[in-house]
Amino acid sequence: MQVKLKKAGSTLIVQMVGELDHHAVDAMRKKIDLKLNHEDFRNILFDFYGVNFMDSSGLGMILGRYKIVSEKGGKVSACSLNSRVMRVFEMAGLQTKIPVYSSEQDALTGA
Amino acid sequence: MDNYMKLEIPSKSQNEAFARVVVAAFAAQVDPTIDEISDVKTAVSEAVTNAVIHGYENGPGTIVISAILVDSRLEVTIIDYGVGIADLEQAREPLYTSKPELERSGMGFTIMENFMDSCHVVTEPGKGTTVTLVKTFGRADVTEA
Repeated sequence: MQVKLKKAGSTLIVQMVGELDHHAVDAMRKKIDLKLNHEDFRNILFDFYGVNFMDSSGLGMILGRYKIVSEKGGKVSACSLNSRVMRVFEMAGLQTKIPVYSSEQDALTGA
Repeated sequence: MDNYMKLEIPSKSQNEAFARVVVAAFAAQVDPTIDEISDVKTAVSEAVTNAVIHGYENGPGTIVISAILVDSRLEVTIIDYGVGIADLEQAREPLYTSKPELERSGMGFTIMENFMDSCHVVTEPGKGTTVTLVKTFGRADVTEA
């Protein structure tokens, strides 16, 4: 799993490539939280463009970041989910908390 | 076609991907659809992750994964010899987790139940847990042209 962090205004963009499972989320969580703690990000956008697999460990990691960010009044959104990842996402009802967009550009403009 | 496989691995998070890919590759010989293979991969990943996190509580242990193919019916069994599940009914409830501090979503069993035809669990505190997942491929409504 490769994770690239980018900045777009007050939004931290988390670009992921690979498989989002328990093994991947441990390192990823540390990387994101370090960034959240040291820089003044209000929102997180998870970009799933390169993610071809996600299980419930991925859901847990995203929900954990949602909790941290929403407590400070920020928003978490997601984009570019393939149908397989979307199925796991919907099973937990995550789309009711986290808006899903078709592309990073749409997510940033809130389209 | 009848076939079987057996895989024994140490309880390590890096083996979660290995285990699900092995089972998916084994099942591929009966030509399941990409969605069906994806369902199997996800369900196996959940069961193996449960063994690592809950069964062995991220400590050492052995996980045994076996699979049987009879025609288009796949049966996968994931065994750990860990702590077992104290309250299985509660563990199977959607969104319930015994380890919220680890940011577990509590969706593991729900995904196994939904992505497979059946998910059978036998557990004994102090002895371990056996999860049996069954899926028959080619069940989706396909009309031949």
